[in-house]
Amino acid sequence: MKGFLKKVDIFDKLKKSLSKTRTGITDRIEQLVSYYKNIDDDFFEELEEILITADVGVQTTLRLVEDIEQEVRAKKIGQSDLVKELLKGKMLDILRKGSDGSWQDKFPKVLLIVGVNGVGKTTTIGKLAKLYKDDGRKVLLAAADTFRAAAIEQLEVWGQRVGAEVIKQSKGSDPGAVVFDAVHASKSRKADVLICDTAGRLHNKKNLMEELKKINRIIDREWPEANKEVLLVLDATTGQNAISQAKTFKEAVDISGIILTKLDGTAKGGIVIGINSELNIPVRMVGTGEGVEDLQPFDAQNFVEALFS
Amino acid sequence: MAFEGLSEKLSRAFKRLTGKGKLSEKDVKDAMREVRMALLEADVNFLVVKDFIKKVSSRAVGQEIMESLTPGQQVIKVVNEELTQLMGGTLSKISFSPKLPTIIMMVGLQGSGKTTTAGKLGNYLKGQGKNPLLVGCDVYRPAAVEQLKQIGDKLSIAVYYEKDNKDVKSIADASIKYAVSHNHDVVIIDTAGRLHIDEVLMEELEETKRAVQPTEVLLVVDAMTGQDAVTVAQSFNDKLGIDGVVLTKLDGDTRGGAALSVKAVTGKPIKFVGVGEKLDDLEPFHPDRMASRILGMGDILSLIEKAQANIDEKKARELEKKIRSQQFTFEDFLDQLQQLKNMGSLSHILDMLPGIGGKKLKGIQLDDKQLLRVEAIINSMTIEERQNPNLLNSSRKKRIAAGSGTSIQQVNRLIKQFQDTKRMMKQFGSMDMKGKKGKIKFPF
Repeated sequence: MKGFLKKVDIFDKLKKSLSKTRTGITDRIEQLVSYYKNIDDDFFEELEEILITADVGVQTTLRLVEDIEQEVRAKKIGQSDLVKELLKGKMLDILRKGSDGSWQDKFPKVLLIVGVNGVGKTTTIGKLAKLYKDDGRKVLLAAADTFRAAAIEQLEVWGQRVGAEVIKQSKGSDPGAVVFDAVHASKSRKADVLICDTAGRLHNKKNLMEELKKINRIIDREWPEANKEVLLVLDATTGQNAISQAKTFKEAVDISGIILTKLDGTAKGGIVIGINSELNIPVRMVGTGEGVEDLQPFDAQNFVEALFS
Repeated sequence: MAFEGLSEKLSRAFKRLTGKGKLSEKDVKDAMREVRMALLEADVNFLVVKDFIKKVSSRAVGQEIMESLTPGQQVIKVVNEELTQLMGGTLSKISFSPKLPTIIMMVGLQGSGKTTTAGKLGNYLKGQGKNPLLVGCDVYRPAAVEQLKQIGDKLSIAVYYEKDNKDVKSIADASIKYAVSHNHDVVIIDTAGRLHIDEVLMEELEETKRAVQPTEVLLVVDAMTGQDAVTVAQSFNDKLGIDGVVLTKLDGDTRGGAALSVKAVTGKPIKFVGVGEKLDDLEPFHPDRMASRILGMGDILSLIEKAQANIDEKKARELEKKIRSQQFTFEDFLDQLQQLKNMGSLSHILDMLPGIGGKKLKGIQLDDKQLLRVEAIINSMTIEERQNPNLLNSSRKKRIAAGSGTSIQQVNRLIKQFQDTKRMMKQFGSMDMKGKKGKIKFPF
């Protein structure tokens, strides 16, 4: 899947969409640096608040700040502007732990797209389908959100837009059966990529999570040789609950990666750092706009650089 | 839940502090550190937290600690009162226009749940005898209008839409005329999700608002929103002027701190909450419940309040006097029992305790009937017997058992329990009672 990485404007685009984030964090750190010439407790407290405001999460923030505090003491760092570099390095370490681009190269491939309600699963599927189509792949979509009103129609519109066939049944039918059909259709039509849409579900709904497990089992059973990815779509606007989402979805269907959407707003998306540090689930892609092109591979270096440049 | 309840943290922080007269500055400062973390973990915006802590601290210092509460609980009580106050005090309703129809406009970010909420609100108002009209003005998201149509069909609520028209203002305009001619008294306009920084789309909303002059502009906010909730709410309010908020997806396990953030920056009330996938899962907003949810404390606050309301201070003092003079009788025993009963069923009380609520206490059988039986036995005694248990011989016991529908064994057990309690209290009474008022333990 070289097509993904060839896009030259990726870095700029990400930078642009993160510029609001960047202004936020960087400005405030600059302010801090000029305000606190010497490092004291108040400085660390402020630092803590900056990270919390970025939705990094209380636990991760405390750990990050504590680490930095220790390092500052150990290395006897006297200037607060060096702290920025330290922080950058720490965030990068955390984000790099799981990032690995190799998943994109194996075909045939099944992508099971999961997440809570309203995070942008169907839109992301449209964008993903477009990326694979542009790369010359045969793409099939499975309309396994049989619950929400007009979810099937929404996916069909995307199918028409990008030129991918949609495997569907009527609303209210068993999503497992839709996925079963879609897997067999993909095999017989020799599709390279099958992307399965699922209904949004809050992770604390037991029955719905069971349903998802069943869908996951059907894919494993019916197409074991396919390269399966279970991708959790996360809304960048989400706060601490994202950790709980990632945890529960991981337990249920062993998610292999995260797609972070809506990063073109003012939300900081810092929760990704929290999730990576606590759960070690790599971020695969980021959604940075409403356009069909606005989905890029996640790059830890770029992400952190864009935050701090 | 990954979060340790605030009350557990507080009770740990306050272990060494018991029975103090007033909340000192240090008490409050220690407690506030925990409160601050709890609020941040719940996604309340940090600036809002800062303000809040400042305000509550100054109110809490110097407060008399109620006799039935520990300093920690007293702080929680103050925090909760302020939190509830900040979130609107009492519940707030949809206002209806004197000139028909009432026009409600739903706005918000993508994926916050506008379309579903529009349907739920329609259903809610229909239930109140209104004749609502849903209007599909989301001309951008694929199949959004189709979604609204399907929801309308399911609820038997009329839906107005224009298939090939992309001009939101003109659709909204036409829908009002349609509503008037078709006797709809409420119009609910569903709009496309948009980013608060998208100037073109925000302008579109402003234009639509100017054109239809809605009675209510409701901002739909996902309860799981993080720190950014303030920016979103403030932008929508500044540009559009909202009248209220609907908080969605509260059936998840989020603590929902966004509710507080949104209220604090806009000053606009939260009017409804979405609590499920079904179309009747929309409820009026209760500030007090939200407060304890944000604090992550089960319903301990209700418990504190119930204890406050039901344990009669005067009676507690009389009881203390009796214990000192060792005149504790079955009558007093019954009194205690009734006070306990006023607080609700035992299982309900346990439900309200953080750390216990939700988790089922499978091993333990909570039998409210046992309390009822005790009550029945005492009620079957004569006044004399209640005051002087020594009178209870076997023939009296037989009568009491028959009268209360219990057995002699059960009556005997109660008498023994009562005597144990009395003996315990005798020892208790001979100790120094200062500072122990109102802390009498029940024998079961």
